[in-house]
Amino acid sequence: MNAEPDNNSQQVNASLYSKHLKVYPQRIAGTFRQLKWIVLGVLLGSYYVVPWLRWDRGPDMPNQAVLLDLAGRRGYFLNIEIWAQEVYYLTGILILGAVGLFLATALAGRVWCGFTCPQTVWTDLFLLAERFIEGDRNKRIKLDNSPLTISKAVKKIIKHIVWILIALLTGGAWIFYFVDAPTAAVDMLSGSASSTLYGFVALFAGFTYLLAGWAREQVCIYMCPWPRFQGSMFDEDSLLVTYEEWRGEPRGKAKQKDSDNNLGDCVDCGLCVNVCPTGTDIRLGQQFTCIGCALCIDACNSIMSKLDRPANLIAYDSISNQLARAEGRPAKKRFFRPRVLAYVAILISVIGIMVLSLATRDRIEINIQRDRSPLFVTLSNGDIRNGYTFKILNMEAHANSYILLADELDNALITVVGIESKGAKEVILDVDPDSIGTFRVFVRVSSERLESKSSKLEFKLINLKTGMEIEQETVFYGPDD
Amino acid sequence: MAEIEKDAVSGRETTGHEWDGIKELNTPLPRWWLYTFYVCILWSVGYWIVYPAWPTLSGYTKGVIGYSSRGELRKELAARDKSRTVWTDRFSALSVGGIAKDSELLNYAMAGGRVIFAENCAPCHGASGSGNASYPVLADDDWLWGGTVGDIYTTINYGIRSTHDDTRLGEMPNFGDEDMLAKAQISDVTEYVLSLSGNSSDRDAAMRGTEIFAEECSSCHGESAEGVQDMGAPRLSDGIWLYGNSKEKIMSQISTPKHGSMPAWNGRLDDISIKQVSIYVHSLGGGQQ
Repeated sequence: MNAEPDNNSQQVNASLYSKHLKVYPQRIAGTFRQLKWIVLGVLLGSYYVVPWLRWDRGPDMPNQAVLLDLAGRRGYFLNIEIWAQEVYYLTGILILGAVGLFLATALAGRVWCGFTCPQTVWTDLFLLAERFIEGDRNKRIKLDNSPLTISKAVKKIIKHIVWILIALLTGGAWIFYFVDAPTAAVDMLSGSASSTLYGFVALFAGFTYLLAGWAREQVCIYMCPWPRFQGSMFDEDSLLVTYEEWRGEPRGKAKQKDSDNNLGDCVDCGLCVNVCPTGTDIRLGQQFTCIGCALCIDACNSIMSKLDRPANLIAYDSISNQLARAEGRPAKKRFFRPRVLAYVAILISVIGIMVLSLATRDRIEINIQRDRSPLFVTLSNGDIRNGYTFKILNMEAHANSYILLADELDNALITVVGIESKGAKEVILDVDPDSIGTFRVFVRVSSERLESKSSKLEFKLINLKTGMEIEQETVFYGPDD
Repeated sequence: MAEIEKDAVSGRETTGHEWDGIKELNTPLPRWWLYTFYVCILWSVGYWIVYPAWPTLSGYTKGVIGYSSRGELRKELAARDKSRTVWTDRFSALSVGGIAKDSELLNYAMAGGRVIFAENCAPCHGASGSGNASYPVLADDDWLWGGTVGDIYTTINYGIRSTHDDTRLGEMPNFGDEDMLAKAQISDVTEYVLSLSGNSSDRDAAMRGTEIFAEECSSCHGESAEGVQDMGAPRLSDGIWLYGNSKEKIMSQISTPKHGSMPAWNGRLDDISIKQVSIYVHSLGGGQQ
């Protein structure tokens, strides 16, 4: 690693109690800005559109393509339905998210931070609104330093109204992932939604406004843990936003450059700092305040092309490449490094495990809870009876009928509360689509058949239509004797 | 006003306090903290006006919106009752037997009945009707007063030997009294009763007891001791004994019988609750059709 901490002097040595200096990012056009607009459009577009996508799951089932129904304890993602006890798939997604982040960081530094992090995306959107109303960097600085006039007040008020509107849309859209979007939208607009719904919209809107409007880069610098350990996530071959110090230094005015004074290509125009959303000076080297958004590359390239100097004084490059070029060695990019391969291997295996378990998972589950009080009941003819609470989780979208059998115990008779019978070898149980059937099941056995205080009992459930069997073992208690 | 002294080293203001040459720096509360504090004070003033706040000699200030936590609870309970009318209306309209036939209502009744049972019945009858000494097990198939859901409903409503006018009533005479049976006769009939469930050890005595049983006991307990539920006379030919099945216990129960009693729940619980708990008891495993 060549990212020496002593290069970070400005940020590191600043007092921990220093007053916050407002950052006024300047508008810049260029390749990466273009890319950032595209990413922003795709991400925000999908964020607002996805809850409105429909997906037919049959009658009585929600038709929202992506829905996290917390009250109903179900998660729907296209044709995948997750029940509450399958929430470990969420763990898989979190692992994928984490390893994917590590992989992206190993390859290209903080691309997550610079391009796709919600904090970056919404800050960009809020900045766009701010620039539209108050003008670019210089105008904004001037406006903030000017005394309060009616025109200034109007501008500020309009800006905050626009921000709050964006924030409300953001918070509102977030809610749509948890409830039926069209219903909730009508409810919210007509004022008939629950106060909980409004409360959550207000909560998310409030934090969007606060974080994207006011806190901005302070979230990245002070709140987010990620920058603090990014240093261990990339290495000297990772593509990072770098400044070619050997070519740029010593800095000097463009006109002063001649063959004698040995000036570098950097003209010290400061544009790279002015466009930076966190106010970082990349020329000081790698530092945790740099979110890797690459806007300084656009800024520097725009100047270099005007001055007819070679582009990419600030560029996506690896530290080892920078060193090689500085020493005049040929630079080469190494993508397939052990670190990268390890991340890819982990990613592929986690995806494989998830796909496999999703494809082969059972859509039925049984839970049996044995009565503990009383442990057993002696009937008038001396038979012993045990009670069980039997739950069948029918996770399929259609109703199912099952045959319930009690195995392993001779002549065990089953009675189910609500189904009239004097006891039978097998009982038929019906369960509604996508729901849990709860049954009180009694098993009685003649006491002579019981060999010990506790015997093995196996419940077998057979799907009437498909013939699929599922078994679960439990115990049958009898008297001491 | 005196000049505020500044500390030479840190450049910060001092409070003017000095101990042994050490001066205290003035470190005021952060402004955001102070303003939040002031806002809280203002808030509390508003609170006094809007909500009940200050005690007075005869009561307390009621506040302009008339809030009271008791009233809030009343409202919540009323809302709860209203939300339950979906169920409770059907419970009122149907007989307890009709409710038990509807699987939806059955599930609702079993869930509600479980709670009502635990609060009101379990102290005597045990958790889930597992019984206690001298209090019958409700989970088995042996019933003193009938095990259909209708019978159970009647029993819970009016009680057994309770103070209610419609109470279930049945009493076993004290056969140990002087003009009733001699001790030897009681011993014989006990042997007979034991023999009905195959537990007698003295065949001759049991034979002698047969006649006594036919004369004295069968009118209530039935010719073959199968029990008569209208009178609450237990079946004596099975393996379930409320007061124990040792010879001693049975003899004592013939000489000076114990009579348990159950209060009438009519008036203590509302009809819907009684229906629910009846269905719950019926579902414990012994319910008869």
